[in-house]
This record gives sequence, structure tokens and C-alpha cells, in this order.
Amino acid sequence: MSFSVTEPNPATKWLAGLLVVGYAVITLIPLLWIIATGFKSPTDSIAYPPVVLFEPTLEGYVNLFTDRTRATEQMLAEAGPPQTWYDEIARARGTVISGPSRYGERFLNSVIIGFGSTALCMILGTAAAYAFSRFRVPLKDDLLFFILSTRMMPPIAVAIPIFLMFRNLGLNDTHIGMILLYTAVNLSLSVWLLKGFIDEIPVEYEEAALIDGYTRFQAFYKVVLPQAATGIASTAIFCLIFAWNEYAFAVLLTSGTAQTAPPFIPNIIGVNGKDWPAVAAGATIFLVPVMVFTVLLRKHLLRGITFGAVRK
Amino acid sequence: MAQIRIENLRKDFGAFNAVKSSTFTIEDGEFFMLLGPSGCGKTTTLRMMAGLELPTSGLIYIDGEEVGQKPASQRDIAFVFQMFALYPHLNVGKNIAYPLISQGMPRREVKQKVGEIAEILGITDILNRPVGGLSGGDRQRVALGRAIVRDPKAFFMDEPLGALDAEFREHMAEELRALHDRMNATTVYVTHDQLEAMQMGDKIVVMNHGVVEQFGVPQDIYDWPATKFVAEFIGSPPMNFLDFHGMVGTGETRVSLGDAALDIPAQREGRSGELTFGVKPEHIRLADNATYRGRIAATEYLGTTQIVTVETAHGSLKARVAASQRVTVGDHTGLHFDARTITIFDATTGRALRSEANEGVLTHG
Repeated sequence: MSFSVTEPNPATKWLAGLLVVGYAVITLIPLLWIIATGFKSPTDSIAYPPVVLFEPTLEGYVNLFTDRTRATEQMLAEAGPPQTWYDEIARARGTVISGPSRYGERFLNSVIIGFGSTALCMILGTAAAYAFSRFRVPLKDDLLFFILSTRMMPPIAVAIPIFLMFRNLGLNDTHIGMILLYTAVNLSLSVWLLKGFIDEIPVEYEEAALIDGYTRFQAFYKVVLPQAATGIASTAIFCLIFAWNEYAFAVLLTSGTAQTAPPFIPNIIGVNGKDWPAVAAGATIFLVPVMVFTVLLRKHLLRGITFGAVRK
Repeated sequence: MAQIRIENLRKDFGAFNAVKSSTFTIEDGEFFMLLGPSGCGKTTTLRMMAGLELPTSGLIYIDGEEVGQKPASQRDIAFVFQMFALYPHLNVGKNIAYPLISQGMPRREVKQKVGEIAEILGITDILNRPVGGLSGGDRQRVALGRAIVRDPKAFFMDEPLGALDAEFREHMAEELRALHDRMNATTVYVTHDQLEAMQMGDKIVVMNHGVVEQFGVPQDIYDWPATKFVAEFIGSPPMNFLDFHGMVGTGETRVSLGDAALDIPAQREGRSGELTFGVKPEHIRLADNATYRGRIAATEYLGTTQIVTVETAHGSLKARVAASQRVTVGDHTGLHFDARTITIFDATTGRALRSEANEGVLTHG
């Protein structure tokens, strides 16, 4: 528990505010840069010095979602007038849209693998954390240390054994394989974080529920889970962010069916080398789910990140 | 409502022996106190009765049925926790309704029942409030409501007043006792506060180091402690001990402490060696003509009475005398002990020797 002795004076508050705003601006510049680039034309995107004011275009987004082929004058004439606004954008560059790109699929893969592994991690993590917190588990301390030790090296250090393992088990380039992998990597974090949260919930609540005629599982489900919601939400965000952004394993272990968005985005090839607006558009859209997820859970997140400091 | 009996109950936590072979019976409708210092095993005993801990060995009967290894949910008992353990995500009404919902009672009946209970406890106006902002007393009432709503076989309470302000505790203690008398429910109540135990209990078990030291009605436990531990734990100030080396024979009515011969109840049990002469502060008079003497070391004024500390050849003792009696620190005074109230202890085992006066109490306990 902390006590603030005096209210900070207005000048201090202003200074603190300025520092925070300044820091926020600095950290947000790359983000704004990416979002802006997504709406630039290819020329503007590589202009030097960089252009800050430019005429926005959706060309990057059209290129992101479509495959296009270069068309001759004759082909263009035969195809007739453009049917839609995105046809029109493609035509302006002398190309015709030949079909949707693979970005949609890759994005969906990211969603399945990211949210799938997060869900699995929460289920296993909560169960394990509850057991560690409440029961007399033999070798509890050793087990907890062992779980933590899986995070003592960068996960990618074991990339080669995992690659071989996946190949032999037929998990290469599968959704389930990636879900299992990300769950395994995140589980130590989630067990430790969740154990902290569950330790903070007085055991009397469950005992009261047991006395009130509920089974152990009902007590866990109806009493402990609602109490642990904050912890579960903030842990879930950490797990999702890791799984969502993971690049190295995704490059190594996925290529076709289960490829996630991170290894795909840099490979978006434009007509003349890298199509930076399309890459930026891909990155921008990629940011959205984590942002939405975080915003939805932010009430819990704030309480969760400062846990230990505020409760009791 | 039910009789509860425990037989040879034992609980080990690893190498630590929390409860050693306890046996006692709680009669139907009794307000029963488990009293002892912290770590004495009283809470463990209660939790075993409730099914929150499983006994290492021994039997627990509730209403004639052996329930020692049954889970709490199947014992049909209610438990009031020290910290109340109200479900923080539910409001007052839902907290009280929770045990009924587990039984699958129809919603309308639940509502009616919760209403009745709220009426009894005087908390009708806060039924829709979250439990977070409630005062200690209201939390206590909600916890009680949750306990009584289901008409369980017995109520178990683990220091339920411990978290309340001293001022309010008195009031809640009365309320609790009144509630018990109204419901006439078997209640087992754990406390470390001897006054609370005396004030509310029909019967008291005094525990220490996992062992039942004494079992009986409050008056007997107060007047005739079975061990030095009980004598020291009960009463404020507690019984005085004057240690002496000597002997008492069976049938003896006097003991010698130094030069003084002091009257005691006729002994039914003799012993020689290290002995302790036990006398309650209120059974000591300062009388100049008495043969046993001491020097007045201090006095505490308490309004109607005063506590006088007297140094004697066998240790210091505290006497409770009328506040009007004039006492001067440093003076020498004679001490007169009320012979009928004396207990002689075997100083090595701490056990009280049986006499004409305490025999009835010690044999049935």
C-alpha cells in the first residue's frame, strides 16, 4: 500500500505530462509512418526527402489483396471499361487484376494460430496455475523452476531440433503444429503469471463454495475464474502478442498452408521490386486485431499489469 | 440439527502434528466453543469437522453418520469464515442465495427464502448492493445469512468476530447468541478470546498444542482448571501460581508454604515433589492478621476494583480487591486465600490434583 504525502504541484504535473506526450510521439512515429505509407503511391513512398503531405491512394491496399498481370494496350482494350474502383486503380498502372492475393489466407492463418494458441495456453495455464497454487504438488518448486527454465534461452535456439521433430511428426506447415509450438513457448509465462494472480485470491472463497454444496470444479469455475478474470485477460494479451508477432519459427516451419502473416508481408513483391505501400498496408491491417483485443481488455490489462501493487 | 461427536481425531501436516487424538461430543443445539491460543489446533479441528481438511485418523460423526472422509459439500453444514469470504463478484442477495442455487431450488423459492433471512438479520435494504462497500458488521450479517439460509445440520464459525472493531464485537456477539437461541442450531465456534468463549458458550473445549486440555461448561472451566495451562489461559488476570516443594497427602486439608500453613479443599489425590498452589485473584484478601505475607509491589486501579501485585517468597501474585481499600505500595501485608477455591497442581505434569472441590468437574471432563 502506498500513501502519497503531498499532491504534486501543477508545474510538476505539466512536466510529467509533456514527458509522456513526448515519449508517446517518439514511439508512435514509426507506427504513423507505416500507416501513412500504406496510403502513399509507390513514388511517394520512396521519395527523398520523405513526403509528409501527399495525395492519399488506396493503391497499396488494392495491391495487397490482389494479384495483377501487366497488360498490353490490346488486352486492355479487349477487357472493356473497368468494372470496379479497384479495377480502375490497377488499370491506371497498366495492369489487370488476375485474382485475389494470398494475404487474406495468411491473415486468417494468423488469426487461427494466434487465437488458437492463446486459448489453449489459457486453458492449460489456468489449470496448471490453479493446481500449483492450491494443491500440495510433489516437487512443486522444482517443477515451477523447470517450467520457467524453458524461457531461459531464446526459443529460436532450439529451432533445429524442433524443425526435425516437426518434420518427423508431420507437423510441418500445419495449423495444429504452430498452435502447439506457440502454446509450448507461452505456457511458462502464463503459468507463472496466472499462479501469481490465483495466489492472490483467498482460498476461503472456494472453501465457502465447497461448504455451500458445490464440487471442487464448480467452485473453481464459478468462484475462482471470475476472480481471476483480470489475470487471465492480461496474460492472454501477452500470449497473443507473442504468437501474433512471432516471425522466426513461422519462417522456418510454415510455407504454404499454415503460413502466418508476418513471414508473408515482407514477401509482397510489387511490379518494380518491393511494393512498399502494399507492405505497409499489410502491416497496418495486421496491427488491427491485437489493438482491438487489447482495447477490449484494457480495463483488465491496467489492473493486471500493476497486480500485486494494488490488491489487498 | 444434530449432535456432533469426534473420536480420536488426529491431523498431521507432514511431520507436524496439529491435532493429537481429540475426543468430545457436542450435543444437539449446543453453542460450543473451541478455545485456545493460535496454533493450538482448534481451527484444524473445526476444518476437519467441516470437511475442509481430511483427518489423518479418527472418526467424525454428524447426526450419527460418520463423515470423516466425506467432502464438505456432502456434510450439510454451514461455515462462517473469519474474513467472511463473501463472493466479491456477487451482490448481497446473490451471496445469500448461493447455497440454495447449488441445491437447484426454484428461483421463486430462493427469492422468498433470501427475503426471510434478510428480514431476520435486518439487511433487507442492502440486498442489491455489491458486497465490496459493506461495513464489517453488514458483511458479518451477510455471511451469517449465507450460513443460515439453508437450515444446515450445524454451523461452524472460525473466529467470526475477529475482523470486527472491539466496540462492535460485543454487539455482534450478542446478536450471534440471540440468533443461535432463535434457531436452536448446533454451533461450533472457534476463538482465542476467553471472554468471548465465556460470554457465548454453553460448553468450552480448551486446546493447546493439539491436545484437549479441558472440556466443560464455562463456569467449571473457570473455577476448576484441569491443568496449569487452562488456569493461565482463562481469567484476566489469570489464576496465580505459587510454586513450592513439598507434599500433600490424600485427605489432606492443609499445605505448608514456607512457615505458613494454608487451608485447601480435602485432597482426593496425593503427591510429593514440585507442586503449585493455584488461587484466583478474586479469592485473595489483604488481611493483616494472615500468616502468609508479602510486599505490595504495584496497584492498578480499575474503577470498582483494583489489581494489587504482591511479591511473596514463592513468586508474585495479583489480587483483585475493592477499589475502596487503601493500599500503599511498599507496605507488607498478610494474604488470606479462600480455602474452598484452591487448586493444587503437580508442577511437573501441569495437571490439577483431584480434591473434594474439583473432583466432579475433572472426572466427567
